[in-house]
This record gives sequence, C-alpha cells and structure tokens, in this order.
Amino acid sequence: MAEYETHSYDVLVIGAGGAGLRAAIEAANAGVTVGLVCKSLLGKAHTVMAEGGVAAALANTDERDSWQTHFADTMRGGQYLSNWRMVEHHAREAPARVRELEAWGAVFDRTPDGRILQRNFGGHKYPRLAHVGDRTGLEIIRTLQDHVIFQQVEVNMECTVVSLLRDGDRVTGALAYDRERGRFKMYSAGAVVLATGGTGRAYRITSNSWEYTGDGQSLAYNAGAALQDMEFVQFHPTGMVWPPSVRGILVTEGVRGEGGILVNNQGHRFMFDDIPENYRSQTADNEEEGWRYTQGDKNSRRPPELLTRDHVARCIMREVREGRGSPHGGVFLDISWISSKLPDAEAHIKRKLPSMYHQFKQLADIDITKEPMEVGPTTHYAMGGIRVDGDTQMTTVSGLFAAGECAAGLHGANRLGGNSLSDLLVFGKRAGEHAAIFAKQNPAVAAKPEAVDAIVNYALEPFGRNSDNTEGPYQIQHDLQGMMQDNVGIVRREAEMQHALEALAGLRERAASVAVPGNREFNPGWHTALDLANLLTISEAITRSALERKESRGGHFRDDYPAKDEAFAHFNIVVSRGTNGEMNVSRVPLPEIREDLKQIIEEEK
Amino acid sequence: MASETLARDVAGSGARAAARSNQSAGSTARSLTFRIWRGDAAAGHFEDYHTQVSDGMVVLDAVHQIQSESANDLAVRWNCKAGKCGSCSAEINGMPRLMCMTRLNQLDHEKPITVEPMRAFPLMRDLVTDVSSNFRQKKNIRPFTPRPPDAPDGTWRMAQTDVDRVQEFRKCIECFLCQDVCHVLRDHHLHDEFVGPRLLVHAAQLEMHPLDVIDRTGDLKDKHNIGYCNITKCCTKVCPENITITDNAIIPLKERVADKHYDPLHMLLKLFHHKDPGSAES
Ligand SMILES: Cc1cc2nc3c(=O)[nH]c(=O)nc-3n(C[C@H](O)[C@H](O)[C@H](O)COP(=O)(O)OP(=O)(O)OC[C@H]3O[C@@H](n4cnc5c(N)ncnc54)[C@H](O)[C@@H]3O)c2cc1C
Ligand code: SF4
Ligand code: SF4
Ligand code: FES
Repeated sequence: MAEYETHSYDVLVIGAGGAGLRAAIEAANAGVTVGLVCKSLLGKAHTVMAEGGVAAALANTDERDSWQTHFADTMRGGQYLSNWRMVEHHAREAPARVRELEAWGAVFDRTPDGRILQRNFGGHKYPRLAHVGDRTGLEIIRTLQDHVIFQQVEVNMECTVVSLLRDGDRVTGALAYDRERGRFKMYSAGAVVLATGGTGRAYRITSNSWEYTGDGQSLAYNAGAALQDMEFVQFHPTGMVWPPSVRGILVTEGVRGEGGILVNNQGHRFMFDDIPENYRSQTADNEEEGWRYTQGDKNSRRPPELLTRDHVARCIMREVREGRGSPHGGVFLDISWISSKLPDAEAHIKRKLPSMYHQFKQLADIDITKEPMEVGPTTHYAMGGIRVDGDTQMTTVSGLFAAGECAAGLHGANRLGGNSLSDLLVFGKRAGEHAAIFAKQNPAVAAKPEAVDAIVNYALEPFGRNSDNTEGPYQIQHDLQGMMQDNVGIVRREAEMQHALEALAGLRERAASVAVPGNREFNPGWHTALDLANLLTISEAITRSALERKESRGGHFRDDYPAKDEAFAHFNIVVSRGTNGEMNVSRVPLPEIREDLKQIIEEEK
Repeated sequence: MASETLARDVAGSGARAAARSNQSAGSTARSLTFRIWRGDAAAGHFEDYHTQVSDGMVVLDAVHQIQSESANDLAVRWNCKAGKCGSCSAEINGMPRLMCMTRLNQLDHEKPITVEPMRAFPLMRDLVTDVSSNFRQKKNIRPFTPRPPDAPDGTWRMAQTDVDRVQEFRKCIECFLCQDVCHVLRDHHLHDEFVGPRLLVHAAQLEMHPLDVIDRTGDLKDKHNIGYCNITKCCTKVCPENITITDNAIIPLKERVADKHYDPLHMLLKLFHHKDPGSAES
C-alpha cells in the first residue's frame, strides 16, 4: 500500500492566484475549515504578473460609466457567446470587489480628488481599469495573500494535485505530492474549488509560466466534468519578439492605453486601415482624436490600437506576413512619440509604465522613453475552460467548483483586458461562498485506499523506467509546444488541425514511456513528466473544439472559414470524456438572454 | 499633426534600435561553462556544465537549457521570467540576483559562471532554498487595519502624493535577496528574532499607509528587533525593485520607534544618521 499523509477540510481550494485566494477567504468567512494548495510559493501565482489593471465600472474617472455599459462591452467583446448570467454578475459586482481590496490594504493609483484612478483599455467604452502603474496583479495578489494568512485557512505551498478523488458521482478530494520531498498527500473535502489558471504552456510562444499546463481543466475533465469554448485561445497582440530568449513575454496593453501607437516598417500606422464594422462608431477616425481619447477627452473616440485583442493580433500578423514587419518579425510599438505632446514625457512614461521601462531596458537594451519597441502576438489567455453554473460556479460534477481562468463562460470568444482580474475576484468569491454552502450539507469523505494506490503508482511510473533508453520529459513538452504553435495557432486550417490530432496521438505514446532520473525530492524532471498528461488532454480539447467551429470569431480564426457565421452564433462547443475514455465533442445551445439584458445590449450599441 | 512623418520617424528609429539591440545581445552562438551548485541539506558540490548560448540569453535560460539537456532533475524555482514574481533568486558569481533578469552579456565569459543558491537560507536542493521563515515571520506583524471609511459609500480619499511612499514599498516582489545579504540573517542566523529588511519594508508599508490606525512601533522594537539593523545598506544595494530599503523604510521606522520609546541607542543612531548617512556602510 502506498504511503501518504491525510488531511481533511470542509472546502479544499486548489490554486492560490487571485481566484483561489478570494475563494479561500470567502469560504473561511462562512465558518468552514479551508485548505489551500498551490504549486508555487504563496504570492507567485500568475496573477502576480498581471500588469494593466482590473476592470470595474466604478465611474470614478468617467461618471458616465455604469454596470450596464460594462455588461454590454463584455458581451460585445465575447461576440455574444458568453454566459450572460456571469457577465451580469461580473459587471454588477466588480466595483464592490475592487473597493473591498482597498479595505484590505491595496493602494491603487489616485484621481485628483483622491479616489481610485481608472485607465483606458481595449474594448472598454470608458476608462475602467483600476490600476497601480503596470503592476496591478502584484498589488492584488499581495493584498489577498496578506489577508488570507490571518484567516482560518491552512496553506500548503509547493504542492501539486495529480488527481481528483471521487465518491460515486461526487468529487470529494484530491491527491497531491509535495514538491520538496515528493511525499503524497490525500485531501478529503466536502467541496473542492479549482482555481488553477490557464493553458498557455501548450504553445511555444507564450506569456505564461511553467504552471500553466491546464491542470485544473484536465483534472476536471478526468473527473467527468465538461469543458467549454476550448477553441478560444487569446493571442495577445503585443509580446516581446527580441531577443529570442524573451520572445513571448508580455508588453501590457497599458502602453497603448497611455497613447502608444503601432507602426509598420514603412512608417505607416496600420491600425487605421481595418476597423471592424461593429466597432466603427466607437473608434476615432483620425490620429488627433485618438490621442485626445487617451488623454481623457470625453468627447473623443478610442484610437484603433485599442480595438479588441483578436483583431489587433491579426492586423499585426498581416503586416508581418506581407513583408511590412520589423527586423525581428514583429511590428513597432511606440510610446516615446508622446514627447511631442507632453512636456515631461520621459518621467510620465516611467511613472505610468515602470516595469515595461525596466523590462525593455534590462532584457533588450531598449529605452522605451526614447525608442520604439518591437512586438508581436503571444499566447496569453484561455477564454475556454471548465463549464460552470453562472450563479454558483459549480461544474457539471457535484461538489466540484471552478473559478478564474480555468473556468469558462465570462469571456466567450474573446476576453477584454482587465476583465480577468475582476473575474477572479467576483467568481472567486462566489465559488468560495457556494462551496462552503455545499460543504455544510455534504461532509468530507475519505477516499478508498485502492483508488489512492492506483494514482500513486501511476505518478511514480516515470521513475521505474530505465532513463538510458527512453526520452526525458522536456523534449516531449518542447515538441508538443512547437506542434500546437504551428498547427493550432493564431491562423487555423482543417488539414493542419487533423494533422495535429495525429501528432498528439504520437506524443501521447512518447509521454507514456517517459523516464526521469534522480529521486522524488524537488525534481522538476518528474514534475514536467506528470504535467505532460494534462498538456496533452487540453491540447486535444483545443484542437477538437477548433475543428468543430467552422467559422472565425473572436480568438478563433479559421483561414478556411474566414467569416463569422450566424449559424455558429447560438451554441458553445463542449467536450467531455466518454465512457471508453474517448473525447466527445458536442454543441450546446446558449440559453435565451433575459429581456432586460437584451435591451441593455441594444441601447449600448 | 504631421502624422505620417511621425510614423516614418518611428519606423526609422525602431530599425536603429533593433540593430543596436542585436549588437548588444551578441548574436554569435558560443559555448559557456556554468558552475552550478548541486546537492541537498546534507552535502553538495559545484558541478560544471557546458552549454551553447546565444542572443541575449539570461542566466535562467542557460539553467533551463542545462536542465533539459543534461541535468533533468536540476532543482530551480521560477515563474514569470520577467522580474515580476521574485522566484528565481540565486547567487550569480557571488552576487545575489534574479536569474531571469541577469543577461549573460553582463557577465565575464573568461571564467565559468557560478550559480548557487541563496546562502542565508537552509538548502532544500540545488538552487532551491527553504524561505518559509519569511512567510512565518509575516504572520507576526499585525495586519492592515483601516480607519472608518471617509465617504458614505464605504470608500476612502487618499491623495496620490500621500500614497507614493507606500507604493514604493508595495513594489516588493518578495524575492528575499535583501534577506540573503543581511548579515544579521546570513552570518548570525537570527531568522526567528530579526524580521529582516523585507519584512521591515512590509512593516513600513503598513505604518506609513494613510489609512492604517495601528501602532507597530512597540512590536518593531521588542518583537521584530529592528535594533539589530545597523544600517549597513547592503539590502538596498541588491533590491531588484530599487526600493530604497534603508533610507526610506528602515530609518524612518527606527525614528518612529525612537520617538515613541525613547530608546537611547536609537536616539544615538538617529543622530549618527543625520550627521553622516554614508559612514555606516559595510
Ligand atoms: C503577463 C500577464 C499579464 C496579464 N495582465 C492582466 C491584466 O492587466 N488584467 C487582467 O485582468 N488580466 C491580466 N492577465 C490575466 C490574468 O493575470 C490571469 O488570467 C489571472 O491572474 C489568472 O488567475 P487565477 O487565479 O485564475 O490563476 P493563477 O493566478 O494563475 O493561479 C493558479 C494557481 O493554481 C495553482 N495550480 C495550478 N495547477 C495546480 C495543481 N495541479 N495543483 C495545485 N495547484 C495548482 C498554481 O500554483 C497557482 O497558485 C495577465 C496575464 C499575464 C500572463
Ligand atoms: S541595512 Fe539593516 S536590514 Fe539592511 S542589510 Fe544592513 S543590517 Fe540588514
Ligand atoms: S525589498 Fe527588494 S530585495 Fe527585498 S524582497 Fe522585496 S523586492 Fe526583494
Ligand atoms: S522568474 Fe519571476 S522574478 Fe525571475
């Protein structure tokens, strides 16, 4: 029999980014016992990297803003595939969630009259993003972290969940190993909240860290839960492209929000060339108006650089493909030009975009206050994920909840910048609240020893294989990332994706015989080997969903079906595990939108 | 605005910057030797690895490359690879730094580049140390406690000029490099008595927060032993976020403690500081 520690909580939260921390705080407030596990140290989750801001209709910077406008903006950005109930909760509750952070010690940048300052971001009609320079995520995660340690929450850092545990149809816990010693831990729980973040490591060029291997999505899928919208991967238009070792690192949209412009190698500001019909009335038609908008002029419309991310990314791809790219295969993003507009531009840029200044200075030897940056698209965010109920965040499996990037529904076909940090807070709280309610009615159940044994044996398999004649995990991961980048990337085609499915089968075979040297103590080779299974599952889900959606919409662009197709406007693509372990793909109709919400969308058009 | 002229300038200046960036990155591939610490709490040694490096790589890239080529089980922490999360702290050629923000072209290539774990913390394995004392100590500092809201809607008013100071402290990414160089922790191992520079920055952030109402000076003096700090400023020098730890956080805290608690030693230190802030450097 396998050796493992056992722990029992009412609510087990997996993941300590914004969503997991907020869920844990809420569950603890409800008076239940809470355990929190995460792969890294506390405060290092992806949320720490978020830069530009958190979206909430506080109406501090522009009093015309309201939850209704935020609602309409989010629905339009998501190309009307979002779960409207979630979009409503999000728009209504985000302001309170942001203010609450201030009560817990967060210090956002201020308006002249001392309130929380808000900035412009793509797809948001009014300046809506509360921010702290370009390190908003750090502010949020640190505030939540410093708050959670004084709640009744037991934190298990550097501990990775390898499988959920079930009792009948209900999820009742998880099995994990601690990274330091490789010891196994069995957590039993009344309810489990997944808050494990995204899937960006399935691609070679990405702004995401090693943690983003789609664990939560894969754990949920294996436990029987449905995933939805997996075809919608957000490629952020502006990642670093040079030098090669930093390729993919994010350049915040805040640069464009502060007045940054995109220019091709012929010195043409190409974003004015192609403005989508449904945004035309909101977009500036000359540069002067665009500039005034970034400086807070309420009568001006936004510059085309602030159109939605999917569109900007494709415009950049077009410039590069047609030979108008920058020397290293991107385009130019310039903020230094504002010195012709503002007297103290250099100090202004350093104050508003300190970490961008730092990042380019140190990693590329570029001074962004004086010269343009080179940028190009990078894999950034998963709109799709675990399918949840719009009120409770419960997945399609009883006792299992999901919130944050690993859940789907809020963002539809495309996420607006700033809507993720608010997503974490709003739905982290809701998940914590409803998990606590569920746990009060459903006590924790210890898993059967045979079930635990089977998982432990599986997890230890890579050590049993002889590492002399099989490959290590890194090469397989690398090949998978390259394959997905080439075949299921920004521009997709039927034949390439069919090829991807075959390639995935081959990679799966290789992964099944992967071997790792060394022992169980802090062994990244072993950790990478175990992550492979998750990466393969979500890569297959992305590919199959992308094949099924034979149109182009939001983050999903098909070269063979380049137009949006009304026939695909009324359902989500859902994948789930069949009885023989095969992946089933289905089309699930969107529920009819409530009349009053429909009206809001009409009015805000 | 003569906009197309401006945009043309952008393209020209962009091309020049890209070319310069090329040059400074050093685009020729070459093999370098990395001398990396391997081992656990019981025993360890330096091991040499050769790997091909190129174009603007940082130390973390080289470590990852070695990990995937020849040392699959090499233990190292990282997350963001952009200087934002504070996970990848190590000592590179003896200097405490973030591996992801240290470009190879800043280092001497004639000798092997040494990479070792932070020495002020107990070793777990290879480049990974046990930094849990920092998390434990934070719980001993009393949490943020705001005054009642200023407005009926439950919000507060704070001027930007009043929050600039705490925003500097809140930039901290908890890399613990400052803790690594502080002699009180590194040489005297007083992790349980002295909270160290990182947590003094944290305390300063709370004490100087315009909304916070708690007085932590008594704790700072008696529990957190701020008096152990003798203002050598080593912490400030290594902070990757350029937080002026000593001058902006620790000294003002010491002054508050002295003002509230009339500690003669602190009064002296204060006097001393005002006379010659530089003379205490070690
Ligand atoms: C560079 C960058 C900039 C961004 N900027 C913005 C922005 O300005 N505004 C905005 O709204 N959004 C932004 N985003 C998106 C946003 O930051 C993320 O979507 C969000 O932080 C995700 O939060 P989360 O709580 O869902 O997950 P995360 O913060 O990623 O946390 C995931 C947690 O799950 C844990 N975990 C994962 N797998 C396991 C497992 N198997 N076992 C145990 N624990 C596990 C991890 O250790 C981690 O603690 C940005 C993203 C990036 C990459
Ligand atoms: S100034 Fe104080 S806290 Fe900083 S390194 Fe020196 S003794 Fe330590
Ligand atoms: S104060 Fe600076 S050196 Fe110390 S932990 Fe924070 S960021 Fe790191
Ligand atoms: S990896 Fe995040 S600071 Fe280096």
